[in-house]
Amino acid sequence: MEKLRKFERVLEIVDQNNRQASRLIPILQAVQAEYRYLPEEILTFIATSLGISPARVFGVATFYSLFTLKPKGRYHIRVCNGTACHVKRSMDIYNAIHKKLNLQPGKDTTEDMLFTVETVNCLGACGLAPAMVINEEVYGQLTPERATEIIEDIIRKEENHELDTHGA
Amino acid sequence: MNEDTFITIDNKDIPIEREQNLLELIRKAGVDLPTFCYHSELSVYGACRLCMVDVEGMGLVPACSTPPSPNMKVKTNTEEIRKMRKIIVELLLANHSQNCPTCQKSATCQLQALARRLGITKIRFKNQSRDLPIDESSPSLVRDPNKCVLCGDCVRICSEVQTVGAIDFAYRGAQTVVIPSFGKDLDKVECVNCGQCARICPTGALTPKSEVDDVWRAIHNPDKVVIAQIAPAVRVAIGEIFGLEPGKITTGQIAAALRAIGFSKVFDTSFTADLTVIEESNEFIRRIQNKENIPQFTSCCPAWVKFIEQYYPEFVHNLSTCRSPQQMFGALAKEILSVQLGVKIEDIVVVSIMPCTAKKFEARRPEFSRDGIRDVDYVLTTQELGRMIEETGLHFNELGPESFNLPFGFKTGAGVIFGNSGGVSEAVLRYVTEKLTGERRENYEFKGVRGDNGIREIKFSLAGREFSMAIVSGLGNARKVLEDIKSGNGQYDFIEVMACPGGCIGGAGQPVYTDISIHQKRTKGLYENDRMLELHKSQDNPYISELYNSFLGDVGSPKAHELLHTHYKSRKRITDEDMYLSYSDKAEGLEINVCFGTGCFIKGSQKILRGVLDYISRNGLKNRVNVSASFCFEACDRGPVIRVGDRVIEQCTIEKATEAIEKEVEVYV
Ligand code: SF4
Ligand code: SF4
Ligand code: FES
Repeated sequence: MEKLRKFERVLEIVDQNNRQASRLIPILQAVQAEYRYLPEEILTFIATSLGISPARVFGVATFYSLFTLKPKGRYHIRVCNGTACHVKRSMDIYNAIHKKLNLQPGKDTTEDMLFTVETVNCLGACGLAPAMVINEEVYGQLTPERATEIIEDIIRKEENHELDTHGA
Repeated sequence: MNEDTFITIDNKDIPIEREQNLLELIRKAGVDLPTFCYHSELSVYGACRLCMVDVEGMGLVPACSTPPSPNMKVKTNTEEIRKMRKIIVELLLANHSQNCPTCQKSATCQLQALARRLGITKIRFKNQSRDLPIDESSPSLVRDPNKCVLCGDCVRICSEVQTVGAIDFAYRGAQTVVIPSFGKDLDKVECVNCGQCARICPTGALTPKSEVDDVWRAIHNPDKVVIAQIAPAVRVAIGEIFGLEPGKITTGQIAAALRAIGFSKVFDTSFTADLTVIEESNEFIRRIQNKENIPQFTSCCPAWVKFIEQYYPEFVHNLSTCRSPQQMFGALAKEILSVQLGVKIEDIVVVSIMPCTAKKFEARRPEFSRDGIRDVDYVLTTQELGRMIEETGLHFNELGPESFNLPFGFKTGAGVIFGNSGGVSEAVLRYVTEKLTGERRENYEFKGVRGDNGIREIKFSLAGREFSMAIVSGLGNARKVLEDIKSGNGQYDFIEVMACPGGCIGGAGQPVYTDISIHQKRTKGLYENDRMLELHKSQDNPYISELYNSFLGDVGSPKAHELLHTHYKSRKRITDEDMYLSYSDKAEGLEINVCFGTGCFIKGSQKILRGVLDYISRNGLKNRVNVSASFCFEACDRGPVIRVGDRVIEQCTIEKATEAIEKEVEVYV
């Protein structure tokens, strides 16, 4: 019933915003907080309920970089490739993580939906270069080895957690 | 008017009258300032920056979005401006596909015209054109994003004028494109195929889809007999391609050209427009007498019909069941002409020449095929016919006029004015007034329905009853009228709608134009044509009477129904598989599916979903049901709709829903 619960939440969000087209951006933000991305059918539904065209909603959702239309993993890794980090070989870190997680160009989310790996242009933490952010947490002065370790840690924790829930 | 308010444009004093912006004043001063994104019929967007001018004390400003103030001193051709314009056009060209000679828009492309005007002979920037996929899914249009200059004209005409909004800007920066929602194909979204976007697109990014090659193939095939029908609006516009004035009537030249190209017979869609008048008027009289499905909506515009089907399912039954003149012609041609000409139905090829891109879609509607054979095989736009004439090498203006073939080439003026907004209403009035009073009227003109406003209303009394009519062009205007009816502010008996501003004479298949004053000239041409003809009322067309006598039987007979009428359906705006939002974890369980399409949403599907969920949890049914929401069962006029197991419940209430669940859930333990 997880999907249904989320959909009810969407209905709530739309109603809280009085079904006003001018509230599109806050609505999309709230919906993304719920799903961690903006599913196509939900965007179509939002367009319907606000009385605007799906094309316009799609346009807004693709214009702002804070929105994403692809499902993201539980851990959202953003490796900085701003000037400072780039100079300090941040792409090596990106590549190491990609390799560790078996990702390829064009496929930046793992099958199990645990990780999504992306680059960003400057996290504003240039003093810590090279840097990355996992969900909200910043990791600085990385090496490829250190980055791999961090990933392995998370995987280990997740596995234990999984065991816990199965055991319970 | 205060005579002292004027501005100076290139050292000439120009009085400010009603102009909203500098651009209008500059054009009034006789300077054709280049623009891509300014159109008087659309909102001001100010994106192309081609209209930059120098205003003393302000520097460079976009003329389209700068309001005039008295004593402004404006220069339109300083060295700086000239250089900037060139750079803008060069940059556009550098981002543009380089296939100009093979482009459909080649002859009318405004980007090419501008490059020529500004004397651009080389592009100083590296070619950055992208290689994006071309969308040829639509039967009416081709969308080539590689030729798009991002002026937004199509986006605005689609959302502002037509209130459809099928295409919009997406992504940002260098990735910006104009596309349908989620990058879907145009034929999978709510586009009504009116083509107004292609009409206004300055380049070849949106163009009517061509069927010229298919038609040539049929003409060259010795087994086929290829016949043509020509829509009313074509005859007052095609001449523009050959340098004639808009509105100039060229019926005779068209007939001659079509025969020279190789068509076996040439007929007139105005003939079946006359037939439409008879059927549609009688349908109207019947509805008035039975007080059902009033107002009656005209049904000859396929873009309007699709608009109703997808946005106003509750009004589907108000549409006249009459097929459009194009489709009546197709059905009759296959049935009757095949016998008369002694050819097999599959060997007769019906080609329509239409001002319209939506007619291409209409011809492909499954309702208009029998045994896999379409009633209308190909639809050429006025532009496409122009191209065939050019390819053939005919000197159109010098062709000796020829006449149409009989019987389907004989029409009255009523069938001719079908091509402009107000024409269908007037033609129907010419019939209904005589039919209801039983008296012949000397005068045939109803000037009250004529005019340029997108919404016109007339009231009149006839045979002791008051009547109210609305004549509408442009789908945004149609939406306004429908909303008025829904809110109780509008009451009508008959509503004529044409999707294109001005009616079919302003169709997207017509010769390309940007100045909408052309509508008046073409319309005038059709009314003149009406006056020149011998007969003006459809009921006076002897070949129509003959058709009823010898073939159809009475008006509204079973034969007439089979060939001349149709039915409509509610349709999803966005096709694709249904979108399921939720399943319980159990594979087995009663499927409960609540429709969340627009129609149902408005009618309260949200409340029903809540009620259903409540009921489920109160009765501990969670593990025995699968609840999902999907978009549109295409029964929107009878919404809200839910499905419980195999049962589809229309006009559902919470009570009806729970009752059904109670019954059906028993088998799932
Ligand atoms: S054809 Fe008409 S409805 Fe379709 S995208 Fe163009 S303007 Fe919009
Ligand atoms: S108004 Fe005429 S030209 Fe325009 S879409 Fe309708 S039928 Fe076609
Ligand atoms: S450039 Fe990487 S943190 Fe600023």
